[in-house]
Amino acid sequence: MKNLIKIGMLLSVLLPVTASWAAPGEVATLREKTSIDQQKKPGIIPKVINSDIKQARNYPMQPPVIPHKIRNYEVNLNTNKCMSCHSRQRTEESQAPMVSVTHFMDRDGNFLAEISPRRYFCNQCHVTQLDTKPVVENEFVDMHAIMKQKSLAQK
Amino acid sequence: MKNIIKIGWQTLKKPSGYYSLGALVIGGFIAGVIFWGGFNTALELTNTEEFCISCHEMENNVYEELKTTIHFTNRSGVRATCPDCHVPHKWTDKIARKMQASKEVWGKIFGTINTREKFLAHRKRLAENEWRRLKANDSLECRNCHNFDYMDFTSQSQRAAKQHSTSLASGEKTCIDCHKGIAHHLPDMKGVEGW
Ligand code: HEC
Ligand code: HEC
Ligand code: HEC
Ligand code: HEC
Repeated sequence: MKNLIKIGMLLSVLLPVTASWAAPGEVATLREKTSIDQQKKPGIIPKVINSDIKQARNYPMQPPVIPHKIRNYEVNLNTNKCMSCHSRQRTEESQAPMVSVTHFMDRDGNFLAEISPRRYFCNQCHVTQLDTKPVVENEFVDMHAIMKQKSLAQK
Repeated sequence: MKNIIKIGWQTLKKPSGYYSLGALVIGGFIAGVIFWGGFNTALELTNTEEFCISCHEMENNVYEELKTTIHFTNRSGVRATCPDCHVPHKWTDKIARKMQASKEVWGKIFGTINTREKFLAHRKRLAENEWRRLKANDSLECRNCHNFDYMDFTSQSQRAAKQHSTSLASGEKTCIDCHKGIAHHLPDMKGVEGW
């Protein structure tokens, strides 16, 4: 009896694993079936888009993407390079857009004099874009496209 | 002993009876050339990156940080070394800078920045010295490589072209006003103008 239970446990562990082994092509997509003792030839590193042209947002609350390079821009305990252009006091000289007012709010909704610590690390929400094709297909549909479809269907 | 010094001194004081004035002038000239050249060679030797990073204070902190920046590796393969940015190429400026550098040797002996912690504690003071210098000389070292007259705004990014064609072109600002921290990590920037 004890042995039976043991075998049962072993099987229940092994079965799902072997099931996923069945389709190795689907799992190891990034390695593209390179055998395990080989190193895949690395692809070309795509360039960061540095056009300085603002991109449309996909939904109203989307953090805008960064339209320029940020190589070696430091954001740490000592300094925040982003804020040297995007802070309220600096925008006249830099002509960069000011961070939105939400950045000055603490979590209780009070406005602070400076950006709130929870908004300090810019790259948690804002990212640069690479000049390349997406690795994974994106099926996101803009809200306006859905609304348009609906109103067409109602007609 | 005392006698030897006395005799030596007297020979020096006595007008020369053996050598003609001409020979003395020529000899002096040759000695001068040798001395001047030696001094220059010594300056050249200390004007290399190897010399700078022979001190661990320079190697473990600023050099390590420089390695990740565009001035260490880039598409054109042109490198900026420590003396390119920190020692003026012109002779008179060079001497003036070397005199200040003796303070660094002093700092080495007394270990003002001989640990990472001490270096970080002093970094703001050192950076401020550099900013002051690069402001005072209109960022001479940067301009040795980046010549404003040959900057093609049309091939720069919009952000860069806008800033360069206004504040920089008018002479209101110089490179270091806008490009702090291009080669090393920055100290605490609280209270620094433009941050
Ligand atoms: C003898 C070891 C040593 C060598 C060699 C050396 N440094 Fe330094 N350096 C120091 C120390 C120590 C300090 C800190 C001095 C202080 O506390 O004021 C310093 C400070 C500096 C500073 C800050 C200057 C300032 O005005 O505060 C710069 C810039 C610098 N070094 C660049 C260089 C360059 C460039 C070279 C090569 C030409 C070089 N160093 C070679 C030890 C050295
Ligand atoms: C592209 C120019 C450039 C190069 C190359 C460069 N520096 Fe600097 N360095 C600067 C500037 C500008 C500062 C002023 C502080 C700042 O803006 O980061 C500085 C500051 C320093 C300081 C003061 C401490 C600090 O971090 O602010 C030291 C020490 C120093 N440099 C040493 C070196 C040494 C040693 C090398 C070579 C390994 C070197 N630098 C290469 C531009 C340069
Ligand atoms: C030895 C020559 C040299 C010196 C000195 C020098 N640079 Fe550079 N700089 C370069 C080169 C080379 C590049 C890279 C060009 C390229 O391939 O895009 C560069 C790139 C730059 C960039 C572009 C950064 C980027 O991410 O695109 C800036 C900004 C810059 N330098 C500022 C300065 C400043 C400020 C100084 C003075 C403290 C300075 N440089 C001193 C040679 C130099
Ligand atoms: C008024 C501010 C300002 C001044 C003064 C200034 N720059 Fe710039 N520079 C910028 C900005 C902003 C950028 C783009 C953002 C970045 O590279 O971080 C830039 C970019 C650059 C670039 C990269 C060009 C590109 O297409 O991205 C170089 C090289 C450069 N600067 C060199 C210099 C040199 C050399 C000086 C002094 C002769 C100087 N800058 C003075 C603001 C300035």
